Amino acid sequence: MDAAFVSEKIKSRFGDKILADEMLYDMQCITIRQESLHDLVRFLRDDESLGFGFLTTMNAMHFPDAGEKFSLVIHLHAWKQNYRLRLKAFTNQDPPTFPTFTNLFPAANWMEREAYDFFGFRFTGHPDLRRILNMDDMEGWPLRKEYPLEDQARYDKDDKMFGR
Amino acid sequence: MANITKAPAGFEGPGFFATKIDSVVGLARKNSIWPLPFATSCCGIEFMATMASHYDLGRFGSERLSFSPRQADLLMVMGTIAKKMGPVLRQVYEQMAEPRWVLSVGACASSGGIFDTYSVLQGIDRIIPVDVYVPGCPPRPEQILDGIIKIQELVASESIRRRDSAEYKELLASYGMQ
Repeated sequence: MDAAFVSEKIKSRFGDKILADEMLYDMQCITIRQESLHDLVRFLRDDESLGFGFLTTMNAMHFPDAGEKFSLVIHLHAWKQNYRLRLKAFTNQDPPTFPTFTNLFPAANWMEREAYDFFGFRFTGHPDLRRILNMDDMEGWPLRKEYPLEDQARYDKDDKMFGR
Repeated sequence: MANITKAPAGFEGPGFFATKIDSVVGLARKNSIWPLPFATSCCGIEFMATMASHYDLGRFGSERLSFSPRQADLLMVMGTIAKKMGPVLRQVYEQMAEPRWVLSVGACASSGGIFDTYSVLQGIDRIIPVDVYVPGCPPRPEQILDGIIKIQELVASESIRRRDSAEYKELLASYGMQ
């Protein structure tokens, strides 16, 4: 399997929904529209010749200055052919909402909880969407760029020493 | 006859030795502290070195570690405590029986260390009372032993009525504990 094969297979199904298809440092990266991401992952998993049966990881990203601020990045791996693939979907929706991938990959359960915990992504149909690493009663999405880095409860910080 | 430890100040006579009960109890307690190593991160590794033969915490009477708070005297918090871990640490402290002491080892336990961020508790003294702080990142075993020695000094000089005193009750109340 190689990039050309994968590109051709998905272009025949999702031609107009694919926004970008490039090779970045030996890894094929495909950017697709937000609403088609779930169908694409299902197709990649179920198709006989592709067989991307392993969800390596799922991340959220937040770039406030970009055209479309939020994005979901999915890494898939086809065992038999030892081929890795990266999928991205960008959106400006706040909170960014995607259909859950747990019906395709059980591992997506905790990955989606992490995206929810740190960025506020919502996944419709997720069985148990709650915070995973932070305190349950925390307010705010820590890894968004506007969230303050430092603990706000400190009272002993000298602004002069911290360059403020 | 080997001299195991220095006797406290007292009045000696033929066949008897009179001293304050506080001194005797303090002497016995200080040389038999049973620590609870609440080791979370890197400072826990330094503690492992402290317990090992080269630096040997056992010489100070702490040969028997206890991971059950009910059987421990000294809570040694070593490592970064996340905000999510805070209630757990507090529960462990509340399960300890009096008299109990707390040693905060390392920068993270004392003040949050370099992790001034949303997830790290900025010092365990926000949730439990601390007796001795050992700064360092991580502190060398010698420094941890120095902290233990300071705890021993506190234990030896403590009044046996301290835990019932109003001042101590006020301290616990300030943390929301009985």
